[in-house]
Amino acid sequence: MKKILLIICIAVLAQQLSAQVERGNMLIKGGTVLTVTKGTLEGTDVLVTNGKIAQVGKNLTAPAGYKVIDAQGMFVMPGIIDAHSHAGLDAINEGTSPVTAEVNTGDALNPFQVNLYRALGGGVTTIHAMHGSANAIGGQCETIKLRFGVKDPELLRMEGAPRTIKFALGENPTRVHGGGGIVPRTRMGVEFVIRQAFSQAKEYMAAWDTYNKQKIQKGFRGAPPAYNMRLETLADVLRGNIIVHCHSYRADELQMMLKVCKDFGVKRIVFQHVNEGFKVAPELAAYGAMASVFSDWWAYKLEVYYSTAYNAAILTKNGVTTSINSDDAELMRHLYHEAAKTQKYGDLNDDEALSLITINPARQLGIEDRVGSIETGKEADIAIFSKHPLSIYAIPMITVVDGIVRFDRSKDPDDMRIFVDPRQSVETTTLRETRNAHEQCMEGADYMFVKMFGLNLNEQ
Amino acid sequence: MIRTIKYIAGLLLLLVCVMDLGAQSPKGKYGTFALTNASIETVTKGVISNGTVIIRNGKIEAVGTNIQVPQGAEVIDCKGSWIYPGMIDSGTRLGLFEFGQAPQATDVSELGDVVPQMKALTAINPNSAAIPINRISGVTTTLTLPEGDLFSGTAALVSLHGYTPDQMFEGFEAVLLNFPRTGRRGPFDRRSDEDIKKATEKSLLRISEVWERAVQYHRIDSATKGKGTYYPEMQAMLPVVRGEMALIIDVNAARDIQTALKWIKEKKIKKVILSGVAEGWRVADEIAKANIPVLAGPVLELPTRDYDRYDKAYANPGLLRKAGVKVAIKTDDGHLNYRNLPYHAGFAAAYGMGREEALKAITIVPAEIFGVADKLGSIEQGKSATLFVCNGDPFEPKTQVSQVFIDGWQMPMVSRQTLLYDEFLQRDPGVAKEK
Repeated sequence: MKKILLIICIAVLAQQLSAQVERGNMLIKGGTVLTVTKGTLEGTDVLVTNGKIAQVGKNLTAPAGYKVIDAQGMFVMPGIIDAHSHAGLDAINEGTSPVTAEVNTGDALNPFQVNLYRALGGGVTTIHAMHGSANAIGGQCETIKLRFGVKDPELLRMEGAPRTIKFALGENPTRVHGGGGIVPRTRMGVEFVIRQAFSQAKEYMAAWDTYNKQKIQKGFRGAPPAYNMRLETLADVLRGNIIVHCHSYRADELQMMLKVCKDFGVKRIVFQHVNEGFKVAPELAAYGAMASVFSDWWAYKLEVYYSTAYNAAILTKNGVTTSINSDDAELMRHLYHEAAKTQKYGDLNDDEALSLITINPARQLGIEDRVGSIETGKEADIAIFSKHPLSIYAIPMITVVDGIVRFDRSKDPDDMRIFVDPRQSVETTTLRETRNAHEQCMEGADYMFVKMFGLNLNEQ
Repeated sequence: MIRTIKYIAGLLLLLVCVMDLGAQSPKGKYGTFALTNASIETVTKGVISNGTVIIRNGKIEAVGTNIQVPQGAEVIDCKGSWIYPGMIDSGTRLGLFEFGQAPQATDVSELGDVVPQMKALTAINPNSAAIPINRISGVTTTLTLPEGDLFSGTAALVSLHGYTPDQMFEGFEAVLLNFPRTGRRGPFDRRSDEDIKKATEKSLLRISEVWERAVQYHRIDSATKGKGTYYPEMQAMLPVVRGEMALIIDVNAARDIQTALKWIKEKKIKKVILSGVAEGWRVADEIAKANIPVLAGPVLELPTRDYDRYDKAYANPGLLRKAGVKVAIKTDDGHLNYRNLPYHAGFAAAYGMGREEALKAITIVPAEIFGVADKLGSIEQGKSATLFVCNGDPFEPKTQVSQVFIDGWQMPMVSRQTLLYDEFLQRDPGVAKEK
């Protein structure tokens, strides 16, 4: 009996320990507060209670026990949100089929990746940890908060964030599968694969609807339709319960996808990368589709050859909700700098530029009521910079998630690992082949090429 | 009747041709220019306020205050603007790489592990779309490097203007050696530690053997007055062995840098430049002691080891400089974004190098390292008129570049990317084609 009690106690305790997100109290004093949505407030305090912004104003006092951060001379902005990342994941591509809606990157979270800390060092607090772009319909993605320091992967999840799924058009899905003799090999095939999958999901929904109606009738004896996790997920896309984040580049394929969405009633779609989005900006705006782009990446393959660094500005000025993302563990660390480039390429004003990395990506992930600006009631995800974040000389000094300091430039030790891989020898130096750049989207899909054609994607 | 139709068709065709010409990029313009009322960042001789730069015959004819504007000069009022020397990116594949994942569009890497005779200048495409895209941001000069295995080719310094590689050539070439490395190439590099070690040792033997053969070849060549058997790769090594040409050694891991320094000393190599040096900060004193300049970068990069401080790549150029190393900054950008050179320098400046040193690292210092400081790298009388005009600090992203001159040629301030902006900012027709 005692034993059972002990087990129950441990289980309850473990549950308590594992499921509790840490939330803090603090007062950030005297900074220039860039609210993004409500203007810039000089010499203003931000009061944080239990992980939420309780008050924004002048001369606030900290209740007893509150941490006080002196931000005089510094700039306080909402934590940066990266709508396209693969950090914090141990697996990116389930490249085994052109449709893998059943898998979820949330099942591969790794809280020990030091890249999560490095991103905090760039003022980032929330990221969209996405499936890769090997498949026309990839896996579901996870929106996570950079609570670096936690060891339980569950605590990385942004609890209650809307579900999202990765789709991919163009060269990646056609190379991965078409090259191996599986449809799609062309952009025509990509459309077919998506339409077919949506149609099957509709049939699946209809079969369940029929069954659910019939089973309550007296004397019904039929069996339920077979449960299918892939079709169940796609049905949720059609029901509007999952936001589609679609890897795409060319204007034609954007137009195609808009038509598919229209035909199947899919309203919430965010195009990712979308280097030629500027060419169909009016169409995107008319549909209400959003765009998450690179600031200036181009030329890493043919479908991004006709790009322009003015993409974000053209989209913004045509009324498309636009964000700037990283898709890269290094770029992720200076999204504020990437946003600043829109002032060179298209003259966006400060708030427009900052929106690209705060409130707009929040809208794209459906979390704009919780994060993305400094407003009372929102979660206290805050980045504090030494200078205006759009200046090249700005250095992120302190990054706060849920009112907890997760990065402090002046206090953190050099070595921030929380897990030391025993297989890794101390001397190991990793040098990225930055010249042979490609989207991190394709990580994990390389083995298929090696297997099928003896080809290494990462070699030119 | 038919004749009339033919006539009209011919006229139409002519019109189309003329319109087509009009759609081409405008040309550069050569002449005498006076840039007046400017703040001039000379780099070598401080800042001149309210100054004038006279450009004539491709050169900076005069610079300073109270300068007489020559008759017939085109006057460009630079009130409120700054003049900077053109920026030099010491690590690019400009002209050899048009776009990725297509072998047909890439001339970066030739077959063979010892191919110093492969000359970048041979294959640099003067019509690459990347040239105007980068040039209008004030990057006027790049070092273009062939990539590959050990001795992967001969790099060339080029200006971003010209219709043939020869017109672009800025007078500096160097053989590139990718030093055998012990590091991993990325997370996908799944070789065992043992395999990496073996491969490195084998490569080290190979480069030593190549060097000794080159020395031998030099002796035979000298003794026979150039009548020995012709070996193209050895011929390419000759100027390096004789100290007439530099050897650029790309090396990044601390241990590899140390091995390279030892190797250089052992082989008594006369002119050496280190490139990459991602972990240079770990052995900065040793590099300084060897008195070897470095082309450091990319600055916007991750630390090389998980346990290193998060900002080590940003801080690396500053730490090297502090130790007394001569540091140029390069982008080595994989997306042909050499236009981001001032931002790499800006990050280095913010993370410890300071603005002045960072500015030198993309202007006068690379010019000195490449032996072209008599022409490039600063705003001085007699130097090549390779410079740009902007409305503020060029390290700041919001700063706009309004004029670029290369060797006295005024560059058209358009690129494919600006043309797309002009066309698509307000697309016509919009959503509905019929009005």
